[in-house]
Amino acid sequence: MISATNISKQFGKLKALDNISVTYPAGECIALIGPNGSGKTTFIKSILGMVVPDSGKILFKGKDIAHDCHYRSDIGYMPQIGRYPENMTIGQVLEMMKDIRNHRGSLDDDLVNDFNFKSLLNKRMRTLSGGTRQKVSAALAFMFNPEVLILDEPTAGLDPVASEILKQKIVKEKEKGKLILITSHVLSELDDIVTQVMYMQDGKMIFYKPFDLLQFETGENKLSKAIATIMQQNQFSDIL
Amino acid sequence: MYSLPGMCGIIHVGKSEKIKTIKEAISHANERDTVLVHGGYYKEGNIFISKKIVLKGIDLPTLDGENKYQIISVKANGVVIDGFKIVHSGTSSLEDIAGIKLYDVRDAVVQNNVLDDTFFGIYTQRGINCLIQNNVLTSARKQEQASGNGIHCWKSDSMRIINNTIKGHRDGIYFEFVTNSVIWRNVSTSNLRYGLHFMFSNSDSYISNIFRYNGAGVSVMFSHHVKMFNNYFEENWGDGAYGILLKEIADSYIDGNHFIKNTSAIYMEGVSRTIMVKNVFRNNGWALKIQASCMETELHNNVFLGNTFDVGTNGSLVLNNFDGNYWDKYEGYDLNKNGIGDLPYRPVSMYSMIVERNPPAMILFHSFMTSLLDKTEKVLPTLTPENLADTKPLMKLPFHL
Amino acid sequence: MKKIIKYIITDILRNKIILSYTAFLLAISFTIFSLEDNSTKGLLSLLNIVLIIVPLISIIFSTIYIYNSAEFIELLVSQPLQRKKIWLGLFTGLAGSFTIAFLIGAGIPIILFEATAVGFMILAVGILLSIIFVAIAMLAAVKIRDKAKGIGVTILLWLYFSLLFDGIVLFLLFQFSDYPIEKPMIGVSMLNPIDIGRILILLKMDVSALMGYTGAVFKDFFGTTAGMITSFLVLAMWMICPLLISLRKFDRKDL
Repeated sequence: MISATNISKQFGKLKALDNISVTYPAGECIALIGPNGSGKTTFIKSILGMVVPDSGKILFKGKDIAHDCHYRSDIGYMPQIGRYPENMTIGQVLEMMKDIRNHRGSLDDDLVNDFNFKSLLNKRMRTLSGGTRQKVSAALAFMFNPEVLILDEPTAGLDPVASEILKQKIVKEKEKGKLILITSHVLSELDDIVTQVMYMQDGKMIFYKPFDLLQFETGENKLSKAIATIMQQNQFSDIL
Repeated sequence: MYSLPGMCGIIHVGKSEKIKTIKEAISHANERDTVLVHGGYYKEGNIFISKKIVLKGIDLPTLDGENKYQIISVKANGVVIDGFKIVHSGTSSLEDIAGIKLYDVRDAVVQNNVLDDTFFGIYTQRGINCLIQNNVLTSARKQEQASGNGIHCWKSDSMRIINNTIKGHRDGIYFEFVTNSVIWRNVSTSNLRYGLHFMFSNSDSYISNIFRYNGAGVSVMFSHHVKMFNNYFEENWGDGAYGILLKEIADSYIDGNHFIKNTSAIYMEGVSRTIMVKNVFRNNGWALKIQASCMETELHNNVFLGNTFDVGTNGSLVLNNFDGNYWDKYEGYDLNKNGIGDLPYRPVSMYSMIVERNPPAMILFHSFMTSLLDKTEKVLPTLTPENLADTKPLMKLPFHL
Repeated sequence: MKKIIKYIITDILRNKIILSYTAFLLAISFTIFSLEDNSTKGLLSLLNIVLIIVPLISIIFSTIYIYNSAEFIELLVSQPLQRKKIWLGLFTGLAGSFTIAFLIGAGIPIILFEATAVGFMILAVGILLSIIFVAIAMLAAVKIRDKAKGIGVTILLWLYFSLLFDGIVLFLLFQFSDYPIEKPMIGVSMLNPIDIGRILILLKMDVSALMGYTGAVFKDFFGTTAGMITSFLVLAMWMICPLLISLRKFDRKDL
């Protein structure tokens, strides 16, 4: 579905992405993990065309994404911080996105219903809490039935109920065979969903392997524990 | 020689008359005879009049100088020239060739003539008590050298120049060493140099004239006891163009004139003991440019409206009195309601001083910076002459416009 | 792109700042024209507003708007939309809003009280300056990532165009007063859109004073049809150049 070859990106002196090559097949749920500043978001943004890599190539369904924008109609993106025109109401924002996307197929209103937006439709964006904005972002990401979902810290700021709704939605979409790419700090939430784990550090991809393989290698069931073990091993190897 | 009044004869000239040429008619005429010229086209070179006759045109006969001749020369007193169309005089750089020239005569009358494409128009030298009225003089020559003055008076006295229309000459009306004369209700426009050029001419008045679109406006120089009333000076544009240029003028009156849209309405240099009242200055670049050499000039009840700069000066003069005028830029108040502003008005703006020193600085006029400079200057005068102020500025217009 | 423009204009027009800007212009223009008995003074005050307030509000509001819309722009960029269209949509939205605000705030009073050549020139210059400073703001906002720094820079830019530039020009005028600098001055004035606008209005307003020798040089240039066209073309360049540069920048910008 998505394949990146030798992607590098430098911000000033900082190497945000260092020669990353990876292929994401459809039907997987990939957890993109790494410490703060490891380049996760930069990598996601490269895929979305929001960051232009210094070198390397990204193919989406076999097509180079450089200077293209139409491939993005197959992607639903939920940013870390969703901010919208402040004077618009939720309803207007939803309408606007429908208008802009010009989507032909059926719309997926699950999250709109589950998050109970009906009663909030007339609220202006500037009056909303961070969590509600996140809900709007989530609803928008899923609304157009995209083949690929890219979720940047999806549960950050969501209350447990909403968090759970979103998780269920992710599971549901995964079962439809969609490619789902998630970054998250709260690793415990990803346990049930994740099929692949990509670990990044200092702009480098440390590993990219199936979650079950990772569980097997580390002997840990939980993603957070598994990662912690890996990190310890890494430090250990650094010392050696 | 001594024909009696009432016995004067009339001699007709025309195609269908016995006498075909004006010259022939004049040669037959006696003193006080009238030569009546009927409509038609007369090419007779220079017509010389040395007898006191009336030369009157009927139906505007045309006298053509064929670009060679002075058309009418008068060397007798009391001649009347009335109702001719006088065209195409010669041009010379040595001689002042005119359409009608009066040599050392008195009591001549030149009226109701139309002059077209003449070098000089109507020219008098050493004339006394002559009347020049209701003539229309037009010249379309492009260069000052190839163009003479419309009505030119030199060393004359008691002249009356009334209701003439003069256009496109070098100077519209030219006065040099002319005394006790009046210039009244003339319209002098689009002349190459001055609408009125006035030098060494004392005790004259010019009243209710219109001077418009002249290359350099009006120039009044080296004269005293001049009265200028109710004239209009309009749209005289250019660096050296002034509504009036006043130079070395003394004991004169400038009253009730209108100055509209001139680059500089009045430029004064060496003017003394002159009274300027009830003049209206409207939409000029500079209403007054007063050089430091002016003294004892009194300005009262004048109206300043919409001028870019009210007063410009080159020094810190205090020898003139600016009290009691109406300035539209005045921002003071009148607490005791006596119609006189309680704060003095300083008509010289900071920026006018800057532009005076550095004319290209005009390109920055009305910019934020120049407004700031002007505002600072109002609080702390440094460049502008502190004593140049109207201490009794009027709150309302002193008269209806 | 039409949709983006539509949403941005509706968003900006709902913004209190632009509404108060329109109301401010409207109030001040009406006050100016009804209080001043003589229209020249009214126009002069209006001129100051056009030359000082309009660029200031345009540049600062646009910069803040762009910074505040960073996430919204991100959202749009992640959609199947061309970046160029997003940026042009933003520009058109901002420029359009300011044009509408100025047309209502100053245009109505001008048409009611001062439908003269000077009035219409002020109107035209006001609209052009609004658009130009939106373009400059967009360039600054796309070049500088930090919001506080970006706003600081735009205030400095405004200060430069409305004050410092003229100070430098005045300095040059006095430094080179012995030389015939009128014609080079025309070239120099082209480097500042506010100056071009001001001179165009000046030529309609203070034509008498400008007819002096020096002024005549300016008048010979700006007053002729060719000069007018050149000036308006240069003003157009002042719109297009920052916009194109910012567009190129935005097309390659990492969000």
